[in-house]
This record gives sequence, C-alpha cells and structure tokens, in this order.
Amino acid sequence: MGADIVGELIDYQLRVNGHEHDVAEAWLGENLLYVLRERLGLPGSKNACEQGECGSCSVLMDGKLVCSCMVLAASAVGADIVTVEGLSAGENELSDVQAAFLAEGGVQCGFCTPGFVVSVHDLLEHNPDPTELEVREAVSGNLCRCTGYGRILAAVRAAQETRQE
Amino acid sequence: MSTALGTRRRRLGESAARPDGVPKVRGEFAFSSDLFSEGMLWGHIVRSPHPAAAIRGIDVSEALRIPGVRAVLTSDDVPGRKTYGLDYPDQPVFAWDVVRYMGEPVAAVAAVHPETARRAAAAIIVDYAPTEPLTDPVAAADAEPIHPLGNVLHRQRVRTGDPDAAGTVVVEGRYETGMQDQAQMGPESGLAIPAEDGGVDLYIATQWLHIDQEQMAACLALPLEKVRLHLAGVGGSFGAREDLSMQVQICLLALRTGRPVKMVYSREESFLGHVHRHPAVMWYRHHADAGGRLVKVEARIILDGGAYLSTSTAVTMNAACMAPGPYRVPNAVVEAVAVRTNNPPCGAMRGFGAVQVCFAYEAQMDKLAAALGLDPVELRLRNALKPGDSLITGQVLRGTAPVAEVIRTCVAAPLPAGVPMTTAELELPGGAGRTADRDRVRRGVGFAVGIKNLLYGGGFDDYSSARCRLEDGVATITCAAVEVGQGFVTLAQQIARDVLGGVDVVLAPPGTTDIGSAGSTSASRQTWMSGGAVQAACLAVRDRLLKSVSSRHGVPQETLDIVDGRVVSLDGQVDIPISEAARGDVLEETVDFHHAPTAELDVDGQGDAFVSFAFAAHRAVVDVDLDLGLVRVLEIATSQDVGRVLNPVQLVGQLEGGIAQGVGLAVMEEIVLDHGRVRNPSFTDYVIPTALDMPPVHIAALIEEPEPGSPMGAKGAGEPPMVSSTAAVVAAIRAATGLELPRAPVRPQDIALAGSGPGPVAGSGPITQEVSP
Ligand code: FES
Ligand code: FES
Repeated sequence: MGADIVGELIDYQLRVNGHEHDVAEAWLGENLLYVLRERLGLPGSKNACEQGECGSCSVLMDGKLVCSCMVLAASAVGADIVTVEGLSAGENELSDVQAAFLAEGGVQCGFCTPGFVVSVHDLLEHNPDPTELEVREAVSGNLCRCTGYGRILAAVRAAQETRQE
Repeated sequence: MSTALGTRRRRLGESAARPDGVPKVRGEFAFSSDLFSEGMLWGHIVRSPHPAAAIRGIDVSEALRIPGVRAVLTSDDVPGRKTYGLDYPDQPVFAWDVVRYMGEPVAAVAAVHPETARRAAAAIIVDYAPTEPLTDPVAAADAEPIHPLGNVLHRQRVRTGDPDAAGTVVVEGRYETGMQDQAQMGPESGLAIPAEDGGVDLYIATQWLHIDQEQMAACLALPLEKVRLHLAGVGGSFGAREDLSMQVQICLLALRTGRPVKMVYSREESFLGHVHRHPAVMWYRHHADAGGRLVKVEARIILDGGAYLSTSTAVTMNAACMAPGPYRVPNAVVEAVAVRTNNPPCGAMRGFGAVQVCFAYEAQMDKLAAALGLDPVELRLRNALKPGDSLITGQVLRGTAPVAEVIRTCVAAPLPAGVPMTTAELELPGGAGRTADRDRVRRGVGFAVGIKNLLYGGGFDDYSSARCRLEDGVATITCAAVEVGQGFVTLAQQIARDVLGGVDVVLAPPGTTDIGSAGSTSASRQTWMSGGAVQAACLAVRDRLLKSVSSRHGVPQETLDIVDGRVVSLDGQVDIPISEAARGDVLEETVDFHHAPTAELDVDGQGDAFVSFAFAAHRAVVDVDLDLGLVRVLEIATSQDVGRVLNPVQLVGQLEGGIAQGVGLAVMEEIVLDHGRVRNPSFTDYVIPTALDMPPVHIAALIEEPEPGSPMGAKGAGEPPMVSSTAAVVAAIRAATGLELPRAPVRPQDIALAGSGPGPVAGSGPITQEVSP
C-alpha cells in the first residue's frame, strides 16, 4: 500500500515504553498519536480532538508531558516515549494512579482516562504534594465530559495520599 | 509504585467496581476508534460547506484518479432507501439535488491511508448553487418550505382547565437557550467488515444497536440478519449517538470495496456530524393568586429542529408537558412547536426538552416571587407537586414525587465561605490575570428545581431483552444495552450477583446477533429497563435451580437460598455449590421486560403519556466580575430524587457529570451560528468546563423513596442533574448583577455591556451576598 499514499514516505525508529519500534514506509505528515495508535499497536493514547485541546493523547517525551497529536512522529526519533501502556509494572499490575482512578470512580466512559492517568503521573512526579488548586490547574488541559471531575480529583488526592504514606 | 488487581465482588447498594475499569485505566479498552483489521481502508465523508444550496453536479473523476483511492460513493450508490431517521426517514444518507445544513454528507471516499482519503475528499468537485438559508426559527413555520414535508416538524398543544382563568399577580418573559453540543470525548467511529454472505458486520459506538440495524438495513437493501452490529467501546454519548452517523456510509464503502473500512470523525466533523440540543425561544406568562398559588401558566415554545426531524417529536412533547415545571397548575395553555430550518439538525441531548423549559419556568418563578414579595423558595414549596397531584396533561402522579424534600434539603446546605482578598488569582472569575478589579466582584446565589420524565412514553413500548445462562457456576448475561460510560455493566453484574447469591458474572458482548433489542441508552432508562430485564432473567434461572434442588433433596423451595455461590437450606441440610446444584445442566432464561403501558396524548395534550418522573434541586453560588462579565461558579449544592441508591460512587458520578454539562450551558457552551454556518466546531472555540471551571458539587441529599413499578426501586439519575443546574447558575448570576439575563448561556457581553452600570442589587435568587473582603 505504501506507494499509494500521497506524499513522501520514510522509515525510522521510535523508542516507546523502553522498546525500539520500526516505523516503515510512513507518510512524513503523520503525528505521533497516529503512529502509536495505527502503526505500533498502542491505541491507549486517545484521539478526542487532534488539535492539542483535550489531553486525551497525553504521553511523556523525555519525561515531559506532551500532546502526542501535536508532535510530528518523525521528529520524535531519539526521544524516550512513555505511553499509558508503559506506566504499570506488568500485565497484572496497576500503577498507584490507575488504581486510584478505579477505586474512586474516576472512570466513566474512560475515553479521557489514559490522558488523565499520564498527566497525573507527571504531576505527582514533579509535585508530590500539590494543593487542590494545583491539581485542578495541572489537569485543566485534560477534558472529561462524563465525570464533572469530582471523582477524578478524588482519585488524584487518593494517589497523593498513598505516596505520602 | 504498583497495586495488584483484584476487586471485592459487591452487591446492589454498594460501590461495586466497573468490570471495564481495569482495561480502561490501562489504556487497553477497545473504543470504536481503536479497531483494526488486516487490509482495512479508511473512509471519509464529504460534507456540504453551505447551509442551503442546490447541487448542480458532482464530479468524482479527479478523486478516483488519486492513487490509493478505492471507492467514491454518492447518493446514486445507495441501493435501498436513500433516507433515514429515527421517527421518520427524512434525512438523506447523501444529499442529492439540495443540501439543507452545513455538514450534510454529499459523498464518501475509501482509501488506503486516512490522508489519501482526506485528499480525495477535497478533490471531489461539487457544483453548489448556494441559496438563502432559513435560519430564524421564529419565522420558519410560515416561511417557504425547505423540505417536501414542510417546516413544522411537530406541534404539541397542552390545554387544561379554564383558558381564561386569571391571577391577581401576573409575570411574563421571553427566554432563550442556545444550541448545546454533547461534546462526548470519543469521536464517532467504526469499523465495517464485509461478510461472505453479502452482508456486513459493523463494530460501532452507538446508543441503540437494534434501531441502527433497522434503519441501516432499509438503506443498504439487506435483510436484517445480514446487517450485524457489534458494540464497540463507546466514549460517551449524551444523545449524540442516538441518530445514525456514519453507519450507512461506512457499510456501503465496505460492501463496495470488499475490504474492511474504518472511519473516525475529526472533532470538527463530530461537531458537524451529530445532532445538538434544540435551541429554544420561549414566551411565558404566569398567573398567581395573592397567596402565591399558581393559577395559570401560558407558554409558547419554539424549538429549532434544524434541517431534519431526528427526535424533535419527542423533544417537543417533553417541552410542552414539562412546561410549568414541578408545580401544581390548574389551568394551562401551552404550545410547543419544533420547526425545520437550515441550521444543524437538533435531537437528543441529556435532558431532552426538559432543560430548555426549566430555564424559563424557573426564571418565571423567581420573577413571580419578586412580584409577590415572597421568598422564592417558599413560593416553590407552596406549589410543589406531590403524589396524587396532576400534571397539566391530566396525568396523576402515582409514583413518588418528593419535590418539597429536594427543595428543603438543598437550600438547607451550608453556604461556602466568602472569598478573601488573598484568594489566588486562579480562583477569581476568568482565572489568572483576567479579573481587573477585585472590588468589582460580586457574589450571587441562585436556586432552581426541575422535573424530568423517565423512560419512553406516549404509547411507545420500549422493552428490553436479557438472557441469563448459568453454567458451571458462572452466570453469563446477554443484553444489548449499550454501555456509554454510565455504568450499566457494573449494575448488571451487581443485579445478577444479588439474585444468584454472589455467583461469578460474565457479560457477553452486546450485539444484534444474539439477543433482541434492549432499547436505547437514553431517557434515563437502562437501569430500570435493562436492569429489570437482567433481574427478571436471573430470577427465572434462580427459580429453576431452586426448584430442582428442592425436588431432589425433598426440602421446600421457600427454605432454599443462594449464599456466596452455594445453595443452602434454612435448616442446614442442603449446602452445595451452585455448579453441583445444577448437576451439569445449563440453565438459561430469556426475558423481555416491559414497563407499564403509556398512552398517546390527545389533541389537547391530555393523557397518561409518561411512566415516571424524577426531580432534582440545585443551588448555585457564583462570583461575577461586573466589568469583564466573567463568571466563576463556586459551588453547586444539589438534592435529587433517586428512588434507591444502587451504586453510590456511580450515582455521584452521574450527578457531578450532569451538573458539569449544566454549568457549561449556563456560562460557556454554545454552537455559534452565522447564517446557518457553524463558527466554532472545535474545542478551541466551543469551550466545555475544565477542572478549573467546574466547582465542587455538594450533595445535600439523595432522597430514597423506592419508586413503585421500578424493578429495584431506583429512578434513572442521569438527566435530572442537567435539567435545573443551568437555571440555578443563571439565577445566581442574576442575583449578583441585578440583570434580567433571559438567555443561556450567559456571555461576558451580556453582563459587561448590559447598559447602565449594573450594581449589586437584590436579584431573583434567594440570597444575595457580597464578596467579603
Ligand atoms: S487528541 Fe491531542 S490534545 Fe486532543
Ligand atoms: S470518563 Fe468519559 S470523558 Fe472522562
């Protein structure tokens, strides 16, 4: 199918969740979100807007929180990328943030959840004991249409408390 | 840091964990946009850029020449009926001859890469002759018809008592609500796979699988059994997925190319490609006697249905019947009309006709209280519906109706503290750096109460089917009820565990192939209807199991119970695991659950059209920057009539989530139209509340009076939070500003440019309170 795609095709490698992945014959214009979801079999990062407005596509690039829809995939070569799929220790494990989202009812449809989980990990990494206002500000780039944020904020508080223990 | 998986198996009344929760937090839950099939193509829909135009021709030759393009389809390629619709098929799969709204599908493309499909779509040349769009809903009924079926989509009159009755105090007003979007996070998406039998398998996010199937089969000219729908993960819906979106087009592409086809709407396309909440223009006149008892309500309500019918009929019926709100009104003259315009089609959104009228009738109640010199809460209490009262439709309230209780408990909640001058900038209206002058911030408190009908009505039998299959001690539940995030899957497990004594419960994937219809995930109906069906199927299986144990062991069936996965008798004689009790038999029961029948309304809007009602009250506290017109909602307190709490955490989630959408409609959310053109189809320009905008929700009370007729006593809880929260927030802004603010959403200019310097005067809310320094 490669030849049928409009535009320049390139090959490159991405390091995602500690593994090197080959990206072959990809259109240069593809964003990181598309490549993760459609080429690397990692659909955990979501696509609610693809305009940098909703945070559902949040990933960590070299430890920095980014909207993967706003990153040209080919420009991410050499970066250490962590997606929601790479946050827990293993198959049958949940990260503390993931467990807190479950326990506190922070998940309804779940479409925003991976983005929130990634951005809360980032928040607690940099600010282990945020005030409620700091939490609200930190996740204000993540839109949720189901929960009204109440249970999500409760989940962040719970995860924060677990880390304090 | 990690936590091992494992959840306690909770019963009804407890906060059981979602069965889909673990995959959702791990990013492993497959939403409809996450699907993949070997060799799949990407579909794309070409949409009209004009709200009204004649189509003189469509040239697809250029698009077909692009390498990688596998099919281009237009209306000529629709083999069956060329239109669809939930109530009546008036909406084209692809427009031909004429387009009636901006975003109407005209053609579709399948290509090997999404970018190829987008470019091919751009290469299709549609020769439009734009015409003057009809965009004023007030003028639409009498305007030149823009559709062969005319411009009046539905007219609903409700008349009761003496039309000439008059009160000693009369207040009137004209109110408007804007076009709200569901803005569900998961974009419309699906995967269609052509089958060897000439049929098609569609994996789709929707609200009602079987109604999609019916509409699609007619358009695809296929028998029902060749159109197989399978539920893919749904990223929220709120009404947006009630109508078909891409269902027909994506299947046509798959059938034409013989390849699987995936389609995912962009956010812009999602805004253009689903129905919205009807904007409303409402004229109201309330009459009361000197004691503050309502004498008569007159209302004329115009709902902008946009270009096609969708669910306008039922929305209009709701608006007309709920027009006076949760109050006793002996005389009423109400007319609600949904009209056709060249604006985007409107249909289902959470609250469904009840939201618009609540905004108007609650503003009227505040006006009336001011005119009477009565406390607004007291006025509401004097007129609050109670069991045994009649609605203006003549229907007597036979279920629970704790209207006074939700009002009393909600207003009794303590008010939040004043904002000190040291408050962080982020906590002032508009957020950091926006509020000019702290001295010009005013606080207001507003109150509203609302009524919402539950389930379908008007004579429609929206039954639900469910199957319980007990095998080797595991109960498998099959039901086509769509999980959109509300938590039906959790409740289904809780219900089955409750009836079958804590067995392991597995939920079969919902689809059209294995079970009958479950009806729509809307109208706050699935807990009642599909919950009822699951409960009935499990009870039937339980009965068979206990009957056979009873006869084998010679113990009376009434003394048998299922406890922690074991069948036990009261006297302790029998104590065997379920798997053994069934002796290898598979016990399977399928049940259709129906609610009590309802009636169609007569010409005067009289009749028992509804199954049940739920009520909620909201009290909003806001801070308003008078100069910039910015509003910060500080807190919403609420009390809700819920019948019975089945899962506390999920219930709170419904209340908080619904209130967030109500806050959005009050102060920020509106599809902006300019001559029928959508000006803000993105999350940059259509703003929904973030975690900084959304205030804490204080749940003052959950009123638990089990509803007769509801299988578990519970009332649907999803819609009431949306019905009166908007009205409460706007009442609070009125209280803070002294402005009339007859339109939601309240925009900054409505406050800042309201003319002769608004000041902090006692408004229509129950309490006005200035910011304490
Ligand atoms: S999908 Fe990237 S920010 Fe919305
Ligand atoms: S849970 Fe549905 S968008 Fe957040």
